[in-house]
Amino acid sequence: MGLAKRIIPCLDVNAGRVVKGVNFVGLRDAGDPVEIARRYDEQGADEVTFLDITASSDGRGLLIPIIEAVSSQVFIPLTVGGGVREVGDVRRLLNAGADKVSINTSAVLNPGLVADAAQRFGSQCIVVAIDAKRADTPSGWGVFTHGGRNATGLDAVAWAERCAALGAGELLLTSMDRDGTKAGFDLDLTRAVADAVGVPVIASGGVGELQHLSDGILQGHADAVLAASIFHYGEFTVRQAKDFMAARGIEVRL
Amino acid sequence: MGNLRSVAKALEHVAPHVPVEVTGDPERVRAAQRVVFPGQGAMPDCMRELDQRRLRPAVLEAARSKPFLGLCIGLQMLFEESEEGPARGLGLLGGSVRRFPEARMFARDGQRLKVPHMGWNQVYRSGSHPLWAGIPDGSRFYFVHSYYVEAHDSALGAAASRYGLEFTCAVARDNLFAVQFHPEKSAGAGLALLSNFVHWNP
Repeated sequence: MGLAKRIIPCLDVNAGRVVKGVNFVGLRDAGDPVEIARRYDEQGADEVTFLDITASSDGRGLLIPIIEAVSSQVFIPLTVGGGVREVGDVRRLLNAGADKVSINTSAVLNPGLVADAAQRFGSQCIVVAIDAKRADTPSGWGVFTHGGRNATGLDAVAWAERCAALGAGELLLTSMDRDGTKAGFDLDLTRAVADAVGVPVIASGGVGELQHLSDGILQGHADAVLAASIFHYGEFTVRQAKDFMAARGIEVRL
Repeated sequence: MGNLRSVAKALEHVAPHVPVEVTGDPERVRAAQRVVFPGQGAMPDCMRELDQRRLRPAVLEAARSKPFLGLCIGLQMLFEESEEGPARGLGLLGGSVRRFPEARMFARDGQRLKVPHMGWNQVYRSGSHPLWAGIPDGSRFYFVHSYYVEAHDSALGAAASRYGLEFTCAVARDNLFAVQFHPEKSAGAGLALLSNFVHWNP
């Protein structure tokens, strides 16, 4: 027995409310962040991730009070991302109660930010989020930004290795081909990245049933699995997901 | 120096009537009845910060005289030296802080173990201690670290965990208790440990 594989519900936050889109368009409202985080904690979630998807427009400052409220009432790790542009943003989120801060577009634009933030706050709290999609690159997957619209020209596996070398303590890997489809993780992508780096990898994008979660661990070699809609709309509880994974021989925290 | 706020919030949650103060003032540390000593990031940075704030004497005094709980880097700083950097630790406990050795980081099934050691692992105690009251042996706590402590005196070990190798994840001596994991992020088991600390009279 040893380290458990983690299940991480993800809350996309838009102007203070939790939402989850289908391929990042057509958002549906799913409720209050504090209530949802507390419910997940009670169900046995190993962490909760908040992604501010309105980072570039109005309502951006609304995330800080949410993190303060959640971290005062929910005592499991909280990862926060979305619109993190500079070391000051990382500090503000950590001070509000985030345990880890996830950096996405800004890591691509300015890789030095990852190194700076890891140096200042420790690798353990710096996550780089990688949005990957099938592309004509050496590994077969490229890195994209802006919800999968902009190609960066970076190879996903090479970028993952670079992020780990820069000091990221964890990678949140989202398949933009699968996100919102409920067709399951891109297992080949997940395995390619998870096997290439020495830091933990969270698989994300495409979970529609419990089998997808255990596939992400057993076939994708992920250290943790992230999902949103299957938990938000009450299709499954985190506890059901853990029971399912445990029955397949995966070590989980029950 | 890391997420002090989370530790304070968790303590307030388990002991709503006990005043909790986050401070970098040596006089406030001296005045406190109990001291929690967290730390996050790199151990050498934490030591530098401690000395810049002239906290070293007050922390040493507290660790020798009142209920004292070290968390994560707060455990590592109690030792003499660390592979993470040249800064010396407080040297209150004999031993050093080591990095998980890459060559040994494989699970029994041969799969590579990632560093940092991040997530919920089982904690097996070495003996009874008031801080474990009501917490089943083998409970999972949340860890996130790349370095672990190696004490010269094995009698200091209060609990161990396994990740590639078996490592000490809690130490205890007299009024002092320190853990590598984060009780403030370990849901029920962690809150129980913090509650035990608040009520501990060594």
